[in-house]
Amino acid sequence: MSEDASTFIAIETPAAASAPRGLFSWVATVDHKRIGILYLLTTLVFFVIGGVEALLMRIQLARPNNTFLSPDAFDQMFTMHGTTMIFLVVMPTLIGLANYLVPLMIGARDMAFPRLNALSFWLLPCGGLLLHFSLLAGGAPAVGWFSYAPLSETSYATTSGVDYWTLSLLILGVGSVAASINLIATILTQRAPGLTIRRLPLFVWMVFVNSFLVILALPALNAAIVMLFIDRHLGTHFFAPANGGSAVLWQHFFWAFGHPEVYIMALPAFGIISEVVPVFSRRPIFGYEFVAASTVAIALLSFGVWAHHMFAVGLGHPMDLFFAATSMMIAVPTGIKVFAWSATMWGGAIRLTTAMLFAVAFLIQFTIGGLSGITFAVVPIDWQVTGTYYLVAHFHYVLFGGTFFAVFAGLYYWFPKITGRMLSERLGKLNFWMALIGFNTAFFVQHFLGLMGMARRIYTYPDLPGWGLLNMISTIGAFLLGASVLVLLWNIIVSLRHGKPAGANPWQAWTLEWATTSPPPAHNFDRVPLIRSRRPLWDLAHPENSDPIVGGIAARDGFVLEKNRVGIISFLITESVFFLMLILAYLYYNNHAMNGPTPTSMLNPQRTGIYTLCLLASSLTIWLAGKKLEAKKHSAFRWLLTLTILLGTVFIIGQGREYLRIFHAGVMVNSNLFATTFFTLTGFHGLHVCVGLIALLILMGLSLAGDFKQGRIEAVKSIGLYWHFVDAVWLVVFSVIYLRLLL
Amino acid sequence: MPASFSPIFDNASSQAAAISDLFKVVLAICGVILVIVSSMVGISLIRFRHRPGSEEPPSYFGNRKLEIVWTVGPILIIIWLFALTARGMRQFDPPANREPDLIVIGHQWWWEVRYPQTGVVTANEIHIPVGRKWLVRLESADVIHDFWVPALARKMQMIPGQTNHTWMRFSVIAESPAAFGAWLRGQVNPAAIPAADSAQTGLKIFQTMTCINCHSLRGVSIAANAAPDLTHLADRTILGAGVLSNTETNLFRWLKNPQDFKPGCFMPNLKLTDAQAGTLTSYLEILK
Repeated sequence: MSEDASTFIAIETPAAASAPRGLFSWVATVDHKRIGILYLLTTLVFFVIGGVEALLMRIQLARPNNTFLSPDAFDQMFTMHGTTMIFLVVMPTLIGLANYLVPLMIGARDMAFPRLNALSFWLLPCGGLLLHFSLLAGGAPAVGWFSYAPLSETSYATTSGVDYWTLSLLILGVGSVAASINLIATILTQRAPGLTIRRLPLFVWMVFVNSFLVILALPALNAAIVMLFIDRHLGTHFFAPANGGSAVLWQHFFWAFGHPEVYIMALPAFGIISEVVPVFSRRPIFGYEFVAASTVAIALLSFGVWAHHMFAVGLGHPMDLFFAATSMMIAVPTGIKVFAWSATMWGGAIRLTTAMLFAVAFLIQFTIGGLSGITFAVVPIDWQVTGTYYLVAHFHYVLFGGTFFAVFAGLYYWFPKITGRMLSERLGKLNFWMALIGFNTAFFVQHFLGLMGMARRIYTYPDLPGWGLLNMISTIGAFLLGASVLVLLWNIIVSLRHGKPAGANPWQAWTLEWATTSPPPAHNFDRVPLIRSRRPLWDLAHPENSDPIVGGIAARDGFVLEKNRVGIISFLITESVFFLMLILAYLYYNNHAMNGPTPTSMLNPQRTGIYTLCLLASSLTIWLAGKKLEAKKHSAFRWLLTLTILLGTVFIIGQGREYLRIFHAGVMVNSNLFATTFFTLTGFHGLHVCVGLIALLILMGLSLAGDFKQGRIEAVKSIGLYWHFVDAVWLVVFSVIYLRLLL
Repeated sequence: MPASFSPIFDNASSQAAAISDLFKVVLAICGVILVIVSSMVGISLIRFRHRPGSEEPPSYFGNRKLEIVWTVGPILIIIWLFALTARGMRQFDPPANREPDLIVIGHQWWWEVRYPQTGVVTANEIHIPVGRKWLVRLESADVIHDFWVPALARKMQMIPGQTNHTWMRFSVIAESPAAFGAWLRGQVNPAAIPAADSAQTGLKIFQTMTCINCHSLRGVSIAANAAPDLTHLADRTILGAGVLSNTETNLFRWLKNPQDFKPGCFMPNLKLTDAQAGTLTSYLEILK
């Protein structure tokens, strides 16, 4: 079958504009490809910084009783190294790659929300600079990347380092959530015709599932660090045990984020491997459905394992056993993937390009890291090896030997597409062998150091037999690994200038990003091939041997979604988790009697009930307003909108008066834990109402300007959903705080 | 203490031995899995390399039976591991209604050690008798600390916070019940009374140079629990929670400036002259 009209689908694209030039065009860009490149360049800078921090630590640890770094400097190093690598390197690298590749892989022109995409990117250097500014402002945070309380409270962490940490993570968290909402909306609504969900490339599928992990996990972190910030600056005691707070609650909240976070750092890497291994084995992935389903299983289970970071806290056997069971269960879907990738290679025709070398190393190294993880799930073993270098070895094997080697594989695989030039295979192989030997030398010996009793986060150690030698070996390996990164950088620089031109599909790969030029034009595709299976370009090149059609010839997804609706619903999901954490904190601390103000003494459910009715009525009015607008009754729409705004304002005034009454009774946010949790929960809710009121006013302005006359009323529907959400949250808050008093 | 590769495996208690046995079984299972995966990958790399000029290999999309095998197989393995875990955890249950034999309280950056049955208070060095199971209560005066004696038992956090760094080594000396009893009886005694002139001057320095505000000397004065109890300092093998071994010279150097050895610890540089530090040392050296 020759290339004729039936093998390509003409897609409507605006006339291709000439590529924008100049530095400012990069600053102002909303093109997902440029934003993806900006992400990758930024994370490269932070990767070098985080790597230097690691090497400084390794110098200090190379010999016993060393004095290269003071204890406080060492603590700042491990805090910054961990925070930088997780939030400024691994997460944004994966998001940046997803940003570049997902629209191309689904045959779309750009992400669903290009301007939101740009905002997501710029929050990254903003947050990163803010974090590093702490070095100039009294010292970086020195409390570990997980900032356990009460060490992170002002009595012990006296510099503003923790505050910079908190604020920068809030900023970075907003960026990650925004990027993930964008990816969800893009994947659900921007796919080319014929690309049903069942035909998605596995990288896209895993990024899709991963984006849900992000929007569900990051708000847990945001809630926890908001509470920590309030403790540090408003004198409250969420996590200060000396005044009734709970240090263990911080651990629960943090790890409720922290564990999904490690899967957030793994799933996209799994996606990369799922693309690279098949192409360089010349075989489709073995068992696509099992691999795709196992991704969902991992995502669901990842929310149920967090307290395996807390086996040494003394939570009690029932809890320890529950989390041991879930942690062991999560090994099964991960194992399915490892077996699937290995089986893909079996019987193939393997081409050991640099990308494939990194992917194969990933397979073995990630398996080692995953297996050491299994040893931790066996609780009594965890009781010996948690908090030691055995643990440090484990997570570096999964995060560096795993995820980062996958990133290197992806870099060598997609660099030709992004730049139009091939990376040098000669330098690439040098890069690979140095990285392989350096990484394993640095980290394999750390398993032994942990078993020998070396704890982590110690700035030096005594001259016990073998400790000095193994630490020195680890340091040498780390420097070799650092040198391999220099080789990679050199390869990138040299290849940008003199690399072989790549052409559209240098690897004879099969997914849609290879169906356009390298680099792609601004609008991505002139035309998109016919999509009937998971490998459209294979089908095109091998019409006599094409893949079985997935889902039938006229397959469609059973749904059509509108991107604004998807966007706002994703946003509401993330906000729900944030409120859930605040509600849980309220319930936790108000479960028993305490000194000081109590709900009974301070609150009046009947009065607040009346304001609640106003808020609920405003949901009704905005729903009616939407109906009027659909019927093109603009004047009626505006009246109902005004009524909504008025009812919302009445509610806010009612809240304000309640606050004033409580202040007059001498009760402040730091009076006791009831006051703290009450003000935090109702305060954030009130903030959401105010933001909603502003949004409604903006809608009013748009309506007066005639914006809705053309019938494009998605904005009204989205804000309406947000308003209903705010009301629904209030119903829960009202029940939890006020209705309980009536029981 | 004899040097060994790993106190986790070369251990000295039945609890640690139970963990070590469990660890060996689990490592063996993990080793088998690693060998299987590595073999699949390794053999593929040798047997299934691309030969130039050959055609694309046949497309093979999976084998449902095999996928089920490598789903159910691991499930069976983890059921087994879970059973081992549950069984292994049972012997770590402390008995109900028993008073602790030892109380250890974590401080930044030292360990307060109390023997409640005799009222003995010491720091950074723990003596226990062999052959007995002891209930150890773990508390924290400030942030979270981790208490861990790998040769003997599991690690346990001392809430309320999490330790971050530095010298918090302590010594555990397990001795025969007779030797332990003798040690404990010695520890019960109040601080020795200085006889020699220099030692008496040393005690006066201790009382006037703010030392007694933080450090207790049972029989002389009891301070708020801000610093290690020094009643029997001269008996201990280490100083400063493991920074220095306990010799007269080291004690002198520590007193001259503790920040040299443990920067950031809460004992300030008291700017003692050599003479003052010398007399103070001669007093502290009698505290056996």
